[in-house]
Amino acid sequence: MGDILTAKNLNLWYDKTKALKDININIPENSITAFIGPSGCGKSTFLKTLNRMNDLIPNVKITGEVCYKGQDIYGNSVDVNELRRNIGMVFQKPNPFPMSIYDNIAYGPRTHGIKSKVKLDEIVEQSLRDAAIWDEVKDRLKKNALGMSGGQQQRLCIARALAVKPDILLMDEPTSALDPISTLRIEELAIELKKSYTIVIVTHNMQQAVRISDYTAFFLLGELVEFGKTDQLFSQPVDKRTEDYITGRFG
Amino acid sequence: MLSKKRKSYILAMKSVMLISTALTAALVVFLVAFVFIKGIPHISWELLSTKPSYIDGKIGILPDILSTVYIVIATLLFVLPLGVGAAIYLTEYAKNKKIVGIIEYAAETLSGIPSIIYGLVGMLFFCQFLGFKTSLLAGALTLVIMNLPTIMRTTQESLKTVPQSYRDGAFGLGAGKWRVIRTVVLPGCVDGVITGCILSVGRILGESAALLFTAGFAHSLYGILSCLVNPGATLTVALYVYAKENGEFEVAFAIAAILMALTLLINLSATLVGKYFAKKREL
Repeated sequence: MGDILTAKNLNLWYDKTKALKDININIPENSITAFIGPSGCGKSTFLKTLNRMNDLIPNVKITGEVCYKGQDIYGNSVDVNELRRNIGMVFQKPNPFPMSIYDNIAYGPRTHGIKSKVKLDEIVEQSLRDAAIWDEVKDRLKKNALGMSGGQQQRLCIARALAVKPDILLMDEPTSALDPISTLRIEELAIELKKSYTIVIVTHNMQQAVRISDYTAFFLLGELVEFGKTDQLFSQPVDKRTEDYITGRFG
Repeated sequence: MLSKKRKSYILAMKSVMLISTALTAALVVFLVAFVFIKGIPHISWELLSTKPSYIDGKIGILPDILSTVYIVIATLLFVLPLGVGAAIYLTEYAKNKKIVGIIEYAAETLSGIPSIIYGLVGMLFFCQFLGFKTSLLAGALTLVIMNLPTIMRTTQESLKTVPQSYRDGAFGLGAGKWRVIRTVVLPGCVDGVITGCILSVGRILGESAALLFTAGFAHSLYGILSCLVNPGATLTVALYVYAKENGEFEVAFAIAAILMALTLLINLSATLVGKYFAKKREL
C-alpha cells in the first residue's frame, strides 16, 4: 500500500497565530487514518488543508507542501475544484442542501458536467447504496432532504460526497452531532468504504479511533506528536504526551 | 397578597396601556373607514377605464393607473439586477470588509434621505443633464436610485442568513464560486429579494414628491413603447393634482381608496410570501 497523501514541513497561520507547526505525515491508501487530540490542537485545521477548504477562510497563510499522488496541491497549476472532487469532505454537522434527496446526490455530478438523466439516476442509486441508505430513501427520492433524521442526513452527505467518485474522503468529526445508533452505522459504513476509498477522520472520541482506524495521529498545540498504527499507538505510545492523553490524564 | 397601593397602580398602568392601544386601533380604523366611505362610492367603471377630457368635462384615471404600472415595472427592471448584483458582490466576493461597511452605511443613509431631494437631483440629472425631459423614464430612474438601497440591503441580509454550511458543502464537492452562489446561495435568499421587491413597490406607489419633479403630471394615454419617454402621473401624483389643483375631491378620494386597497394587498402578499418560504424552509 502506497501513501496517497503526504504533508512536508507544513505550517499554517491564522493571522499571526500559528495553528500548525511543521507537520510531516504520510497517509496510506485504502485505510482509515484517525486524527485525535484535544480541542484546538489543529486536527480539524490540518484536515482542511488536505483539500484546501481553508482557502475559504480569510487571512490564512501556509508554508510547506501537501502532496496528493505526488503533486503539491498548493502548486500554481492545481485546479482546486478538481482537487476537491478527488478529495471529498463530510462535515461535523450534517449539511444537506435544502433540496430533494435526489438533487442533493446529483449536485456533485451535475457540477462536473453530467447531464444525462440515465447516468444521473445510476449514480444516485449507486451512491445511496454505497452509503447504506438506499433502502430507507428509495421511495422518497423527490422529498426534501431536510425532512430526514440527523443520522440519515449524515449518511446522505456521505453519499453526496461519494457521488463525485473521490479517492479520499475527509471526515471532520462526522458523528459528533449524532446519537449512538447513528454513530455506529456511520462507523460500520466507514469500515466498509475503506475497501475502495482512503478515509481520514477527525474524532474527539478515542474509542471511535480504536474501533475503526488503522492509523492514528495525535495532535497537540498544533504539533503532530505521534503517528503510527492504531493498536500500537494506543498500547505502547512512544511519546509521554500521547500516553498522558490516551490514558485520560488531560484533554 | 398585594397591597392596595400596588393593586391600584397595576390597574392604572393597565388602563393607560389599554387606552393607548384602543386609540391607535381607532385611528387606523377611522382613517381606513373615512377614505373608503368617501372614496368607494365614486369609483366607477367609467372612472377606471377612460382618460380625462376637458371637452366632455369627464374625469378618468386609466392613464394614471397605466403610468403607475409602467413606472413600477420599469423601476423594478432596473433596480433588481443592480441591487441583487451589488448585494452578491458585497457579501460573497468583496474582500475588504471595511469598504463594505462604509458602503452599507452609505446605503442606509441614502434610504433615509427625504424623497424630494431625490426628485430635485433626478430632475437636474436625468431630465436636464441627460436630456430625458420630464418623463416616466426619468421618474423611474429616480425611483431606481431611491429603491436601490432597500433592495440591496434586504438581499444582503437574506444572503447572510444562508448557512455557511451550505456553501462549505458545495465547495467541498468541487463546485466553483459562481455555481455555489447560483445553485445554493441564491435560492436560499429568494424570499429576501421578494420582500425587498414588495417593499419597493409599496414605496413607489406611495411616492409623490420625487415624481412630481421628474415624471410630471400628464393624464394622456400612450402606447407601451412611447409611454416611457412621455410625462405621466402615477396614482399618488394624480391624487395630489386632482385634490390640490382641480379641487376634485371626489376623484381624489376614489384614488385614495384604490391606493389604500393596493397597499393592503401588497402588505398581505408580503406576509404570505414570507409565510410560504418559512414553511418551505422547515420541510
